[in-house]
Amino acid sequence: MKEQLEEIRRKAIALLDECADIGLLDDLRVKYLGKKGELTAILKQMGKLTAEERPAMGQLANKVRADIEEKIAEKSAQINEALEEARIAAETIDVTLPGKKQPVGRLHPLTKVLDEVKDVFLGMGFDIVDGPEVEYDYYNFTALNLPPDHPARDMQDTFYINDNILLRTQTSSVQVHVMENKKPPIRIISPGRVYRSDAMDATHSPLFHQIEGLVVDKGVTMADLSGTLDMLMKRLYGEKCEIRLRPHHFPFTEPSAEVDILCFNCGGKGCSMCKGEGWVELLGAGMVHPWVLENCGIDPEVYSGFAFGLGLERIVMGRYGINDLRMFYDNDVRFLGQF
Amino acid sequence: MNLSLKWLNDYIKPGVSAKQFCYDMTMTGSKVEGYEEEGSEISNVVVGKILDVKPHTNSDHLVICQVDVGKDAPVQIVTGAPNIREENIGDLVPAALDNSTLPGGKKIKKGKLRGELSEGMLCSIGELGLTLHDFPYAIEDGIFILKQEEGCPELRPGMDIKEAIGLDDVSVEFEITPNRPDCLSVLGLAREAHATFDKPLTIKEPSFKGNGEDINSYIKVFDENPKLCMRYTAGVVKNVKVGMSPRWMRERLRASGVRPINNFVDITNYVMLEYGQPMHAFDIKYISGNEIHIRNARDGETITTLDGTERKLSENMLVIADKDKPAAVAGVMGGEYSGIMDDTTTVVFESACFDGASVRKTAKALGMRTDASARFEKGLDPQNTLTALKRAFELVELLGCGEVVGTVADCDHSDKTQKSVEFDPEWINNFLGTDIPEADMVKYLEKLDLKIKDGRVYAPSVRIDIGCKADVAEEVARIYGYNNIPHTKLRGVAEAVLTPRQLFVRSINRAMVALGAYEISTFSFVSPKSMDRICIPADSKLRNAVTISNPLGEDTSVMRTSILPSMCEILSKNYRNKNLEVCLFENGSEYIPTEPDKLPDEPMRLAIGMYGGNRDFYDLKGMIEQLFDILRIKGVEFAACGEDCPFDEKDSFHPGRRAVVYSADGKPLGIFGELSKAVQDNYGIGVRTYAAKLLIPEMMKAADPDVRYTPLPKYPAAERDLAIVCDDTIPVAMLEKAIRSAAGNILESVKLFDVYKGEQIEKGKKSVAYSIIMRSHEGTLTDEQTDSAMKKILKKLSEMGAQIRS
Repeated sequence: MKEQLEEIRRKAIALLDECADIGLLDDLRVKYLGKKGELTAILKQMGKLTAEERPAMGQLANKVRADIEEKIAEKSAQINEALEEARIAAETIDVTLPGKKQPVGRLHPLTKVLDEVKDVFLGMGFDIVDGPEVEYDYYNFTALNLPPDHPARDMQDTFYINDNILLRTQTSSVQVHVMENKKPPIRIISPGRVYRSDAMDATHSPLFHQIEGLVVDKGVTMADLSGTLDMLMKRLYGEKCEIRLRPHHFPFTEPSAEVDILCFNCGGKGCSMCKGEGWVELLGAGMVHPWVLENCGIDPEVYSGFAFGLGLERIVMGRYGINDLRMFYDNDVRFLGQF
Repeated sequence: MNLSLKWLNDYIKPGVSAKQFCYDMTMTGSKVEGYEEEGSEISNVVVGKILDVKPHTNSDHLVICQVDVGKDAPVQIVTGAPNIREENIGDLVPAALDNSTLPGGKKIKKGKLRGELSEGMLCSIGELGLTLHDFPYAIEDGIFILKQEEGCPELRPGMDIKEAIGLDDVSVEFEITPNRPDCLSVLGLAREAHATFDKPLTIKEPSFKGNGEDINSYIKVFDENPKLCMRYTAGVVKNVKVGMSPRWMRERLRASGVRPINNFVDITNYVMLEYGQPMHAFDIKYISGNEIHIRNARDGETITTLDGTERKLSENMLVIADKDKPAAVAGVMGGEYSGIMDDTTTVVFESACFDGASVRKTAKALGMRTDASARFEKGLDPQNTLTALKRAFELVELLGCGEVVGTVADCDHSDKTQKSVEFDPEWINNFLGTDIPEADMVKYLEKLDLKIKDGRVYAPSVRIDIGCKADVAEEVARIYGYNNIPHTKLRGVAEAVLTPRQLFVRSINRAMVALGAYEISTFSFVSPKSMDRICIPADSKLRNAVTISNPLGEDTSVMRTSILPSMCEILSKNYRNKNLEVCLFENGSEYIPTEPDKLPDEPMRLAIGMYGGNRDFYDLKGMIEQLFDILRIKGVEFAACGEDCPFDEKDSFHPGRRAVVYSADGKPLGIFGELSKAVQDNYGIGVRTYAAKLLIPEMMKAADPDVRYTPLPKYPAAERDLAIVCDDTIPVAMLEKAIRSAAGNILESVKLFDVYKGEQIEKGKKSVAYSIIMRSHEGTLTDEQTDSAMKKILKKLSEMGAQIRS
């Protein structure tokens, strides 16, 4: 019996060694280890053995079974690995072929940058308010210290609807609405469309966007204005960005300033983009004129404030290196797709 | 305002380069737009003395000159100018030597002309970039023969031509803001330069000798409207000699951008530029009755102004009149005959101060803005009028061009009270956020000629802009330096959030981008013809638009009442630019008139537009459905758009491919569909194009921002397919509605997966197939429950004439 068992082991191992097919492997398992298999048949003869022989034979039979099982497992792993390799080889693709794209839209560059500006100001506690584009003369001019026949009205060529109604030339009109309706502290920005009677060319447009800012509270200073604008510009253009304030005149602020930013292109050396000046004009600002506060029912002896007006197009043009204002309103998808 | 630096140097010497001067002046508030060094394009051009002129053997019109250019030997120059002949020997002329440059980038090199060496070129006045106005004794078509003028550097051969003809000034262009009319003058800018550079300023009060006669024996002045004419001064010059002004005066006028005319006109312009005070000089013989009346025009009166145009005057216009008729429009322009002619013998000089607003209104009404009116309308200093008149007479005597009558007429109604503003250094520091010592503030203000006395600041009368404490703070700040003010952060805590409307618009933007659309930004004004282009009915209220009274052109003359034409325009542009496939959206306003003299409504609209890429109606509809899903607008219904359509844009669309979307409570939210053939043709778009207009405020109302979680199902679903045949005219939305109502609450979803019309189906019918999923949250559905629901569904459908497809 011992010989029989050894023979089974030898033959089984030899056959298994040669097997390379998962189905055949199963057949061999059944042939040797199955209920009607050869090993089982031999074990059925165990009853004929003496009590002394039994344990040794039992031990051997178990060893033979274990050896065959181990061999089957080993072989099975080998075959599966080979199968997996073959499958991977067959399924290998050229990963450099182009990807399949889902249609994705884009925001207009003006909206994209405006959203950024809004987020900067929201973070500084500025609410965002809107105002009408078709506006009464009073809000656009008179209440801002520009009574009828004031020469400074010439600074902006205005589209009129009639004697009293016009297309606002500046978002500053919203300042008056806000101050009439809300008591200080006031901290707002108001972005929107403004209109000037300028023919369209690379640097002019009869319609463009401004972002008005207004802060009114006790003890607001011109240093706060400088600090706020400096922070905005650093957020928008990076820490290296530098601004300067230059005295100017706006009827509704006093002192008034124009704010320049160090030319992105040449870093202040002077180039064609900054017309050799080294600085690019970016916005107008100033301390709210005491008479404007009074016009809106705010006591200038108690409160002070600052205001500023940014040209959105100019910021976006500087940001992306766009040199023609018309691109914004032509809306060619080859342009829109770049942002 | 163009400033001659030579002129400025009469009063103050800043002692810095032109570039530095411009920078520093800009930083203290007088913005420099740019500067131009005269003659900078001219090099290696000198004064030459003609020593010899000989004919050219090979040419009839050329001559050969030997010219002394200040070197050891004369140079030979060939010229074809008609005015260089033998008699010109000894004349001084501009000689451009070998390797010289002239205005316009012209370069001169030596060469041969018809075989004769020419070592340069003799120049005409034009070749030096000047005109006969600068040198009236020159000729246009010939060499500029120089003359030694009085008070000018002595001409000698070899001298740089720029020095010889005074082309060595620098002209600085200032952008003067309307609050500082005083800076539209050499003296005003000299005062600013004094404060900026801290160098001594020397301005002396002008004076003239006069002939001892009394003005009243020449002319009498009556100011009949002291409100509009605060001060009127006039004087008389007799025995005038009209002629050319001296060169220094011509040079300065030229550098200031003013063309020299004759000595009298030049004096008025010179004083205007120097003092900022417009002057008027006119011939006394046209002043009837020798009386000057400053009065309002009479209704129906006319005047022919200097430019030869007859102008109708009205009662609110101020005129300078003689006994009978207006001789000038006050502060705007003189009358036709009032100018200085060659036969003029006695001249009246006027220097007056008129009300700015009145001049502005008059100039506007007459349609003539002049240099004088532009100055008057900003408001002038009445205390300057007499000084300016004296300066004019000082110049008349200096030029020796007439005899000045000893006294002047002066109708002075001006307010002489000196205005002052509180001086509060602490307030100024608190306002600016600075820590400037009081002594420094006083120093800055005094440099600007503002006096401080008893805690108050007194501004000179030219400084009409100083009216409150903030104005004083500005003066301090700009001399201290705006950029020396520290940067500080706002104090106090403030929190800010987007409003629900702003959030909603942001959500729309994000959703539309996610759905594959590009955002566009279009003009809010359109052509009134755009209504025709999108086929709006002639009687539609959309044709009543807010109209711009002074538009740039018809194309931008009305505020849009519909956002659709703006979208169509951009689709059209993209189509013309050969962009094959586009999908666009815009958040924009429409401008809807309300009542006359009231502001229009400006409701927000969402426009969508697309063409190309095999898109059809259902791509657009799907996009709208997904948008509504993201925005949480539930229960909307789509309906084909009939004659009772709530949108006047319905005719913009294909009558069989347009729909209105309604909110769950039946409010119209928008219209969309395929643009009609006519609209596509009007915009030149050659492919099927789809567009939508949606109402953002109404969408916002229909949106339910509350999100509630629904538990995931515990029990399995029962799925049944259903194919039915019905009349083709029945919209599938009605079938689906029937299925939903019949199945009751165990219905989870109805999905249409096929619509078929064709061979196996009777004509006029269609086959529609649905996948119906039912589920209960209480337990697994039994076959009986499912079958019973399907029976109810079929019964309901059969009531509509639908049969199960066999």
